[in-house]
Amino acid sequence: MALLDATAITKSFAGVQALRGVSFALRSGEVHALLGENGAGKSTLIKVITGAEKADSGTLTVDGHLVPHHSPAAARALGIAAVYQQPALFPDLTVEENIALALESASVWRRIDWRARRLQARELLERSGAEIQPERTVSTLSMPEQQLVEIAKAIGARARILILDEPTASLTDREVERLFRVIGALRGEGAGIVYISHRLDEVAVIADRVTVLRDGQNVATRDVRDVDRGELVRLMVGRDIQAIFPKGDVPIGEIALDVRKLGCRAAGIHDVTFEVRRGEILGIAGLVGSGRTELAETLFGLTPCDDGAIALQDDIMRIESPAEAIRMKLGYLPEDRRQHGVVMEMPVAANISLANLDAVSRHGLIDHALERSLARSYVERLRIKTPSVYTETGSLSGGNQQKVAVARWLAIAPEVLILDEPTQGVDIGSKSEIHQIMVELVERGMAIVMISSELPEILGMSDRIAVMHAGTIAGILSRAEATQENILALALGHA
Amino acid sequence: MLQRHRREISLIVSILAIVAVLAVVAPGFFTFANQRDLMLANMPVLIVALGMVLVILTGQIDISVGSQFAICSVATGVFARMGLPTPLAGVGACLVGALMGSVNGALVAWVRIPSIVVTLATMVALRDGLRWVTQGAWVQDLPPGFQWFGQSQAASEVITAGCAAVLAVGMNWGLRNLAAGRVVYATGSSPNAARLAGINPRLVVFAVFVLTGALTGFAAVCNAVRFLQIPSNAGIGLELKVIAAVVVGGVAISGGRGTVAGTLLGVLLLGVIGPALTFLGFSAYWERAIEGGIILAAVSMDAVRVRSGKHADIVSAQPA
Repeated sequence: MALLDATAITKSFAGVQALRGVSFALRSGEVHALLGENGAGKSTLIKVITGAEKADSGTLTVDGHLVPHHSPAAARALGIAAVYQQPALFPDLTVEENIALALESASVWRRIDWRARRLQARELLERSGAEIQPERTVSTLSMPEQQLVEIAKAIGARARILILDEPTASLTDREVERLFRVIGALRGEGAGIVYISHRLDEVAVIADRVTVLRDGQNVATRDVRDVDRGELVRLMVGRDIQAIFPKGDVPIGEIALDVRKLGCRAAGIHDVTFEVRRGEILGIAGLVGSGRTELAETLFGLTPCDDGAIALQDDIMRIESPAEAIRMKLGYLPEDRRQHGVVMEMPVAANISLANLDAVSRHGLIDHALERSLARSYVERLRIKTPSVYTETGSLSGGNQQKVAVARWLAIAPEVLILDEPTQGVDIGSKSEIHQIMVELVERGMAIVMISSELPEILGMSDRIAVMHAGTIAGILSRAEATQENILALALGHA
Repeated sequence: MLQRHRREISLIVSILAIVAVLAVVAPGFFTFANQRDLMLANMPVLIVALGMVLVILTGQIDISVGSQFAICSVATGVFARMGLPTPLAGVGACLVGALMGSVNGALVAWVRIPSIVVTLATMVALRDGLRWVTQGAWVQDLPPGFQWFGQSQAASEVITAGCAAVLAVGMNWGLRNLAAGRVVYATGSSPNAARLAGINPRLVVFAVFVLTGALTGFAAVCNAVRFLQIPSNAGIGLELKVIAAVVVGGVAISGGRGTVAGTLLGVLLLGVIGPALTFLGFSAYWERAIEGGIILAAVSMDAVRVRSGKHADIVSAQPA
């Protein structure tokens, strides 16, 4: 009998289907690896299992008993614990307090037994293989140490179902080895462990079985012994390219943006070298955390580079601020539309002119007629669906908000446009319209750098594809060379 | 139109209701002398509010304006006694205000201390620093041409009222029509988005604090010339009146939303409510309690509107 059995789980967010009938079984005493690309549904499945999200349909049984109303508290009572990549500890409390808060029954008026707390913390830390003083404040711990505290908490809670989300992402080899020993011990005690990782070689070492998710569906569950790495990669990407507007042939012109050995310590990127030509779309692929957005932010002057050179139209320059980047005709459509892309409270027209107020004003005085006609021309050109150019941008649909954000950058008449996840969270219709707009722009001689987590989008739209891994470009593929498999192999650092 | 100016309209309705009641019950309220006193008493609140509306629009707050007001008042008198003609002494006081504003602004924008903490500290430090320097003494023996700018009382009052009106109209117009005004709204709505659009949000925050300091200086001058001596404890509680007027006027305390017109109506409503209660025979003790009630009502209206309106959809539509 399975320790945990999730059957036909579906879940959608605002019309986007994140899980489409996923079934997943975890046995007692096994390490079960969960694989999948960005957005395949791994985190959503974990959230459903831990009770952080409620499934739309499907059932969850633990030890053969149906769990009717799942919640984080119920999950805890059932012995389900999760350790995330970003530990969720109280940074200003000590290690022992953090452990105690998670384990002690919470009567607000009880007296605290500090001695018992310390003894318990010491024992649990020892079992999790951590050499950490229980008196230390969590904010003084390194990321791997914090992860070990989380594992200690899970052991203390007698977790029988332990979920580890990319636990080794920030660990050294020695720390990984120690973690694997702890995992082995827990498995020996009969716990079931869900292990999420992008490191396929680790999966081969530690896991007993592996499940691959793709597009919110379980595509395969196999014994690790029966699959090799190549097959896992194929299972992760195996998807046909459709519903993506393909980029047509556009004459490629001279170099518009030339980046040489670019590095920025604060952003965690180093030795980035590439160029983009007029008429070209350069796709940037890579896993979350590989430095794609950080690269864009460095190019745009948000985190100015401290190494290497950027040349726009043959002028080598330092870009120290977004204002300078905009002056150099470089535009950047950020990933997070709500926080960074548009000002929700502002009308459409004010959003479109915001990066280029000089063009609609004379001596600092805004020419409202000019601004209105500029906004109307973009509303028409990008087919933005809005009642008027004075409508508050926050009241439009996601796709139309994104088009407003695009319009803002077109208004500066950029030579180079960096688009970070330009179609994330927009509906299919707006998505293909945005792709069409991108093609129109390169036809007019613009150079586009497009960051995307969606491989079909990268493959369909890019002339060349730069794949990032660990803060630098692991390889640049031409359109002819690129396949989902070799992009993923580069992104995973296996090439 | 109705939707967008809902706050302004409800303020106008409230003010008209109070005026209507007074017209029936206490016609004495409308004598010229009473109206003039009312206007002069609220002049500082109005002028400082023109700066405060900018500070709050950028998502900050300045509670040190009362202390700045006291220092600028004393500075006006000191400059005048040094022999400067009154208008020049006034300019000097505005510069002193701008200097204090720049200290607040620099600490908030570049040292990145929350504005409530910075201005709480400067509020106390400036007030008590002034008390220490003056030993509580008032500025007396002002030169003969000081009071009323050396004009007749009526002329002086017309001049100051005119200046305040020009400032108010100018601020209202500027926020709507200048690129600088647009930048203030963008900074308050989303500093991140503003930065990505090439705006320097820190410079914007610094500038609005400096401007508020200068306007506080001007308010202090307009008030100081009405008297023969200048108290060293002027402006106590001014910050509360100003912030209350701005908030009642519909400016979101979280920044990014609000108008100068609304603020002016907020000043007007809070300005008439106290004297109106007196004329209607209520005890003066009720005045502050009712002011507080009005502020709570205004803020609650905003909160309800934000939650029930389209903003709720934005939040809930976001996948976790």
